[in-house]
Amino acid sequence: MADTLLDIRNLTIEATAYPPGEAPQEITIVNGVSLTLERGKVLGLIGESGAGKSTIGLSPAGYGRGGIRLSGEVWVNGRDILQGSPKALRQLRGKEVCYVAQSAAAAFNPAHTLMEQVIETTLLHGLATRKEAEARAVELFKQLGLPDPENFGSRYPHQVSGGQLQRAMTAMALCPEPDLIIFDEPTTALDVTTQIDVLAAIKHAIKTTGVGALYITHDLAVVAQVADDILVLRQGDKVEMGSAAQIIESPQEPYTQALVSVRSIDHTPKAPTDTPILSVENVSAAYSNSGNNVLDGISMDLSAGQTLAIVGESGSGKSTLARVITGLLPPNKGQVSFQSQPLPGTLGARNKETLRELQMIYQMADVAMNPRHTVETIIGRPLTFYFGLKGKARRARVIELLDEIELGEGFIDRYPAELSGGQKQRVCIARALAAKPKLIICDEVTSALDPLVADGILKLLLRLQAQENVAYLFITHDLATVKAIADSIAVMHRGKVVRYGERDNVLSPPFDDYTQKLLASVPQMKLGWLEEALTTHTA
Amino acid sequence: MNTFVLKLIAQRLALGLLLLLAVSVLIFVGTQLLPGDVAQSILGQSATPEAVENLRRELGLDQPAWARYFDWLGGILQGDLGTALSNRQDIGQSLWGRAGNTLFLAFWTAVVAVPLAILLGLVAVRYQSRWPDRVISGTTLTAISLPEFFIGYLLIYVFAVKFSWFPSVSTVHSGMSLGERLHAIALPAATLTLVILAHMMRMTRAAILNVMQSPYIETAELKGLGTFRIIARHAFPNAIAPVVNVVMLNLAFLIVGVVVVEVIFVYPGMGQYLIDHVSKRDVPVVQAVGLIFAAVYIGLNMLADIIAIVTNPRLRHPK
Repeated sequence: MADTLLDIRNLTIEATAYPPGEAPQEITIVNGVSLTLERGKVLGLIGESGAGKSTIGLSPAGYGRGGIRLSGEVWVNGRDILQGSPKALRQLRGKEVCYVAQSAAAAFNPAHTLMEQVIETTLLHGLATRKEAEARAVELFKQLGLPDPENFGSRYPHQVSGGQLQRAMTAMALCPEPDLIIFDEPTTALDVTTQIDVLAAIKHAIKTTGVGALYITHDLAVVAQVADDILVLRQGDKVEMGSAAQIIESPQEPYTQALVSVRSIDHTPKAPTDTPILSVENVSAAYSNSGNNVLDGISMDLSAGQTLAIVGESGSGKSTLARVITGLLPPNKGQVSFQSQPLPGTLGARNKETLRELQMIYQMADVAMNPRHTVETIIGRPLTFYFGLKGKARRARVIELLDEIELGEGFIDRYPAELSGGQKQRVCIARALAAKPKLIICDEVTSALDPLVADGILKLLLRLQAQENVAYLFITHDLATVKAIADSIAVMHRGKVVRYGERDNVLSPPFDDYTQKLLASVPQMKLGWLEEALTTHTA
Repeated sequence: MNTFVLKLIAQRLALGLLLLLAVSVLIFVGTQLLPGDVAQSILGQSATPEAVENLRRELGLDQPAWARYFDWLGGILQGDLGTALSNRQDIGQSLWGRAGNTLFLAFWTAVVAVPLAILLGLVAVRYQSRWPDRVISGTTLTAISLPEFFIGYLLIYVFAVKFSWFPSVSTVHSGMSLGERLHAIALPAATLTLVILAHMMRMTRAAILNVMQSPYIETAELKGLGTFRIIARHAFPNAIAPVVNVVMLNLAFLIVGVVVVEVIFVYPGMGQYLIDHVSKRDVPVVQAVGLIFAAVYIGLNMLADIIAIVTNPRLRHPK
């Protein structure tokens, strides 16, 4: 037991929920979970949202978000920290236990330089002089592969990229030489090609410093690359714990098996037809305040009843393309045609029929719905606007649509706050469908959802496509989603289409450099993938 | 300091000057619209029409309005604020002494009130919803709810009448030393402090509480920092812009809005000077003081803008 770093015994976490219009309720977030972590080892905590993984992950820092209550025992370095005073907790945080947040862009203070923030705890706990701390920080910047490590610290958070910030945050956690680091989804917000580098940097840093770590993520393929052991959680209960190899290669529980084998969709792509429903020809566009073209000579076609996936990283221009097609941003060059008719560049110049035939579904279903409207009003609005349906007829049609999206009549009087993430996205799909469109633009519609829920949404979209013969322009950064749903693919990079064609052609060699890199960066559910990918990267 | 920030600041300065010019037009037009006639009011109701006409000509009131405006503006640009109609004295001379007194009172009130308000705001956040927060919020709110004259007379009653620590009449003149002057203005300064404290304190509290919701505050907590260090070092620098705006509005109030306090303590400031001459229909004085007040307001708000620009790292250190 001498080398046990963290020992959590029977940890139960509770909170008081305040549902709208009802009496406060006691809810249990984590239900008697126990785990141990040896010094220098990495334990992956995996589960979907609501599994309690972040809440458990933060417990070794004695920290609970939003007034939650921890009970049980959390032993760090031989002390039960739940019994400690606030002062003892402050001594623990930033010295023995450090934290790396999901969004480093938000977790760094915009008012101070990176160096000030990286060495702050080291100085505060009196672990080193300023000079020593700065030297150590520079050493860590070097180790984490940050550019110009000598001067990196003098920059402000807004001056460096997201991937660099995530590495700087890791340096901040490592600087006071803690025993335990909590990584809370450190690569989730990054593009795949950035994720692979950050992941490699984190893994390298953990190995060289010998620090123990809790690695929280919803992505099993990612955690398999860094963790020695994996704990699978579901709704606050422990499902299964074992070595990374055992969890990935021979999962015991059905839930873990479902996580490992997610993406059960087998989609046979259709060949494009001769007359496309949507045709983009040589389109360029820019936002007025900058002279640079965000889109540069884009051309692609989409056939009726088929799916064209637009793949690219943040900044590749894929959402701008959606804005051009919907008429929110007029192109400065080129032409978009819909059903062989040129589409006017601005929204105001399009007629109601065109507006109806072209609908959109958004990434954040949360903010795409008015929180003060019921599901009936949300789905009913396009019915009234386009078809003049009112009263009973409208309600009947809303119920039909709710059946289509597998929710049913029981949801009709609910407010968005009373729906889960997946249900919200289904309501948004029903709203788009209500207009009987010919084309739906789906902008990262599954990115904010857990894998199993996302899987359900994709299946629903495919079924509706077969049924209604609607075409999808599917914008995503996730190549697994693309494989599951696309008939044709356009790969975008820095405002240009670098690869375009039928699905199987785009995803088969020979590849161009960028597509090659993109494909190689997608984490695969097997041990040692990271090392393999990195060798081909450098090769 | 980079060219981008300098350009922003130059823009603000140019806008401020333009605004001041617009205000000068408004003041001039406004005073022209005032009912009554200066010549008539100087000479009284019993004056003959000929006498009034003569005086009008003498004062230049028979000129068209635009000519008088440019005449006035030209004089101001050369530092000549004109002559008071009522006593034929140079406005500049009488005003600068008054303005000096007003600035003296405003300055020392600000020296006490601004740091105190920010400190109380920080303490209120530190002990949010606990008794120090309630005491601070409650007392400052009470102070702002009470009219200035009530606070003024209350302070006079307690500190001048009961304890005789401070004079009830704040006379200052050129022969006094700094210490004597400060002693003389103690009570009006205290009154003004109580009046402006709540506003700045509450803004500081609200702005910092808003920043306290940010993820980087959670980062700071997980770094094991003490609460006060988090508030002062991690939250406050990001709450400066709204706080500075409210501070500047209050500083402007200290210069242009203190007439009631000046009357209570018989303090020879600009406010009293203005009120005296409004009742005498002395238009040039009203115009001159109005323009100075506007300049103070615009200047201080511009300063707030510039401070907000300079303290914003995104503008100071662009990508």
